[in-house]
Amino acid sequence: MSENSSNELTIGQRFFRELTTGGTALTLLSILLAMLIGGVLIVVSDPDVQETAAYFLSRPTDTLLAIWESASSAYAAMFAGSVIDFEAASFGESLIPLADTLTYATPLIGAGLAVALAFRAGLLNIGAQGQILIGATLAGLVGFGMDLPPVVHLGFAVLAGFIGGAIWGGIAGLIKAKTGAHEVIVTIMLNHIAALLLAYLLTTQLFRRKGQAAPISPFVADSAALPRFFADSRLNLGLFVMLLAAVYSWWLLSRSTMGFRFKAVGHNPHAATTAGISVGRSYTAVMFIGGGLAGIAGASQVLGTESYLSTSIAGELGFDAITVALLGRSSPIGTVAASLLFGALRAGAVTMQAQTGTPIDIVLVVQSLIVLFIAAPPLVRAVFRLKVRAASPMAAEVGGKV
Amino acid sequence: MKLQLRGITKRFGSLVANDRIDLTVEQGEIHCLLGENGAGKSTLMNVIYGLLQPDDGEILVDGKRITCNNPADAMAVGIGMVHQHFMLVPVFTVAENVMLGAEQTYGPGFLDVDAARHRVREISERYGFHVDPDAIVENLPVGVQQRVEIIKALVRDAHVLILDEPTAVLTPQETDELIEIMRQLKANGTSIVFITHKLREVRAIADRITVIRLGKVVGEPDVSASESELASLMVGRAVTLAVAKDPPDVGDVVVDVRGMTVVDERDHVVVDDVSFDVKSGEILAVAGVQGNGQTELTEAIMGLQQRATGSVLLHGVELLGKSVRSVLRAGVGFVPEDRRVDGLVGDFTVAENLVLDRHDEPPFASGPMLKPAVVRRSAKDRIAEFDIRAGSGATLAKTLSGGNQQKVVIARELSRPLRALVAAQPTRGLDVGSIEFVHRRLIAERDKGTAVLIVSTELDEVSALADRVLVMYRGTVVGIVPGDTDRDVLGLMMAGVPPEEAAERARQHHTLVEGLATGQDGRE
Repeated sequence: MSENSSNELTIGQRFFRELTTGGTALTLLSILLAMLIGGVLIVVSDPDVQETAAYFLSRPTDTLLAIWESASSAYAAMFAGSVIDFEAASFGESLIPLADTLTYATPLIGAGLAVALAFRAGLLNIGAQGQILIGATLAGLVGFGMDLPPVVHLGFAVLAGFIGGAIWGGIAGLIKAKTGAHEVIVTIMLNHIAALLLAYLLTTQLFRRKGQAAPISPFVADSAALPRFFADSRLNLGLFVMLLAAVYSWWLLSRSTMGFRFKAVGHNPHAATTAGISVGRSYTAVMFIGGGLAGIAGASQVLGTESYLSTSIAGELGFDAITVALLGRSSPIGTVAASLLFGALRAGAVTMQAQTGTPIDIVLVVQSLIVLFIAAPPLVRAVFRLKVRAASPMAAEVGGKV
Repeated sequence: MKLQLRGITKRFGSLVANDRIDLTVEQGEIHCLLGENGAGKSTLMNVIYGLLQPDDGEILVDGKRITCNNPADAMAVGIGMVHQHFMLVPVFTVAENVMLGAEQTYGPGFLDVDAARHRVREISERYGFHVDPDAIVENLPVGVQQRVEIIKALVRDAHVLILDEPTAVLTPQETDELIEIMRQLKANGTSIVFITHKLREVRAIADRITVIRLGKVVGEPDVSASESELASLMVGRAVTLAVAKDPPDVGDVVVDVRGMTVVDERDHVVVDDVSFDVKSGEILAVAGVQGNGQTELTEAIMGLQQRATGSVLLHGVELLGKSVRSVLRAGVGFVPEDRRVDGLVGDFTVAENLVLDRHDEPPFASGPMLKPAVVRRSAKDRIAEFDIRAGSGATLAKTLSGGNQQKVVIARELSRPLRALVAAQPTRGLDVGSIEFVHRRLIAERDKGTAVLIVSTELDEVSALADRVLVMYRGTVVGIVPGDTDRDVLGLMMAGVPPEEAAERARQHHTLVEGLATGQDGRE
C-alpha cells in the first residue's frame, strides 16, 4: 500500500542513516580491522616470509620471526613516514613527515567537506573531483594570468577557486532541484566535463606554459602563492584556509538557519516542504557552498602545493573525499580527522615502500577496507562481538501503527 | 480450532510489552482484543503469528503446545493474519497474490495459476466475497483488497484468523460487509481474533472481549457492557468521548475555495470543481472515505499541489499559486495527514521540530544565525502548555509516541496567530486521551475566531467537532450538511449518495453497527 511504501527507505536513505547515526567506536574498530587485514597482506606478500614458510615445519620460529619482522617494520616505516622520523638528522627534519601528512590532508579537508555538507542535505556529491578541477583552473588563471598586489592577488585567487567550484557544484544542485535528475549521475558527468575542459584549456595560449610541450600552465605568481612554512616541505597556508572552511561548515550546520534547512531537507524532505522550506533551493545552495569548498581545495593545490596547473592537479582527491566524508560521518570535525588519517596513510606509504619494499597499493587496500567496514556495520559488530543497542520497542510499535 | 495463550510475556529491554497474558479463543468464536495504541495488542499478535518470540509463556493449539519461529510455522498450524497494512503486490492479480509464497507448479516448474484461480473462486463463492481472481489488486477498492488478504489466509487453511484493525480503512458500509463476512467465517467454524479500538464495532460483533492496557489483561467484560465501560477499562479512567463545545460564534468568511480542481501525476482528476467556504469561528469538517480527494484538497490549499486550478481566497487574497511558505506566513496553520512523513523530522529534536516553519524568524533567528537557546526555551514552554511527554526538548521526535508526536505538530501550528487552520486527520492513530486533548485544542482555536477546516475519515470525530460537514466522494462534494446530521446519512453520503436520498434511505434502513449500538448516539 502507498502508506506503507512511503515509510520504507531507499538503499540510499538507509545508507545515509547508518552513516550518520552509527557510533564512533565502530569507525575506530573499522580502521583497526582494516589495518590488521592490511598487516596480513603485507606479511603474505613479503618474500622473506614466503621463503621461511617453505621450511616452516622444521623451523617454525623462522617463519614467525619473519612475519613479525615484516609487519612491524612496514608499519614502523609508515609511522616514520607520516608522523615523526626519529632517525632524522635534526629535530626540524624529524617533523618533515608530519608536514607531509598535513600537506596531503589539506585538499582532502575541503573536498571532504563538499561531500559531507551535501550528505547532510541528503545528496551524494560524487562531483568533488570536478569541483576541485574547476576551482583550481580559475584560481590558477588568476594566479598566473593576472598582476595584482600581493595580499589582494592571493585573496582574489582563492575567491576565484571558490567561485569555480561553487558554480560547478551549483550546476549539479540546480539540475537536481529543477528536473529531479539524480545528483550522482549529474556530478559524475560534470567530473568528466571538468577533466576534459581542463585538458583542453591547457592546450590553449592562455593556459599553456611558454616553450613547454607538456600540457602544464605557467607557475603562479609569487603574489598569489599560498606561503609555505618550511623550506623542505610543501606544507602551506592552505591548511589554515581549509581549517577555517571546516569551522565555517560547523557553524553552518549547527548554528545557521540555512544549515537547519539543509538538515531538515536531508532527514525528511516531505516535512521540510510542508513547513515551507524549499527543497530545491536547499539542494542548490548546499551544492554551491560545498562545491565552493572543494574549489578552494583546488585553489590550495594550485596556489600552494603544486604551484602550477596540470591535468593531474586533482589526482584522486575527489574520490578520496567521498571516503573521507564517510569516515568522518559527514561531520566537519570528523572530516578533518579522517583527512588527517588519509594524509598520514598516503605520506607513510611512500616511506614504507622505499624502506621495506612493501607495495604502496597496500595502503589503497587498507583505505578501501575501512570504507567497506564502515558501510557494513553488522560485519564489524560481528567481528568484535559488539551488542546492538536495542531500539525502544514502544517507539517501534507505536511507529508501526501510526 | 482452539487457541490458548498462557502467561505470554514479551520484554523489550526494560519495557514489558506483554505481561503474563492469558487469552483463550474458542472454536468459531469472535474474540475482540481491545486496547489503546501501544497497549501491546500488536506485540501479542506478532508473538502468536511467529514474528516475535515470547520471553515466557506458551501457546497451545487444541491443547497442544506449539512454537512458531516464523509466520510459516504459524500458518502450518492454521493461524492466519490480516495486517492493518496489506501485504499485497499491487500489480499482481488476485490469484497471483493468493498463490504467492505457496505456488503450485506442474511439469518442469510452470506456475499453476489455474489452480489458484479455482481456489479463489471457490472460497469467494462459499463466503460471498465477490472477488474476481483475475482482477489486478491495485484496481480494487480497499475493502475488496482486504478480502483478498482474508482469502490468502483461508487458502492456507487458517482456522484462527487474526484481523489487525481491519476497519480502520473501511467505510461504514464496507465495515458492515466485513462484519457479515466475519459472521460467515464463524459459522464455518473459523475463530477470529478481532483487534480494534472502535467500541461500536466491538459491541456489534464480539462473542467475547479482552481488554489490554499497558501490556496486561485488565478485564474480560461481558459483551453487553456499555461503550463507556469499555472505554474506561481501556484508558483506566472514565472518559467523555464527546468534547464539550459551545455553539459556534460564526463570523465572516475567511477561507473561500472556488472551483478547485486538482490533477494528479497520472492525469486523474482527484479533486473535481470543489467549492466551499469556512467562516471565522466555525469548524467545517470534510468527511469521506480515505482517498476521495481530501488529502489533495488540503495540499492544494497549502500550496503543496502543483497542478491545482481554481481559487483559494484568504480574506479575499488569492493563495493558490503561492509557495507553501507564503501560505503559512499569511496565517494558515497546517496539521498534515501523516505526521511522521509530512509533519515531523524524526531525527530532529522536539525543540527543532517546534520551530520547523519559523526557524528563520525572530525570535528564533537573527539574520542567518539560529538562536538555539531561544529555541530551547520556547520548546520548554510549549512542552508544558501542550503536555507533551517528551522528557525534554532535546528528545528526538521519532522516539515519541504517536500521540505526543501529534501534540508537537499541533503545538507548532497553534503557537502562532492564525486566521485559518487546516487539520488533516488530526487524531489518526491516537489513543483516547490524546484524541480528547487534540479535540479540545481545536475547539479552543475555533473559539478564538479562527476558521477551522478538519479532514477526517472517522465519523465519531466528524460528529464530535463539526459545525458543518462537507462530504467528499471521488473528488466531488456530495453535499454540505449541518454538524448534527445523522451518522447513517453521513455514511451513505460517503458512498456517494446525495444528501436527500441518503436521508430517505437512512430512515428505512439503519446500518448494522448503528442498529446494535445502544440508542441513536451511544457515546455518553
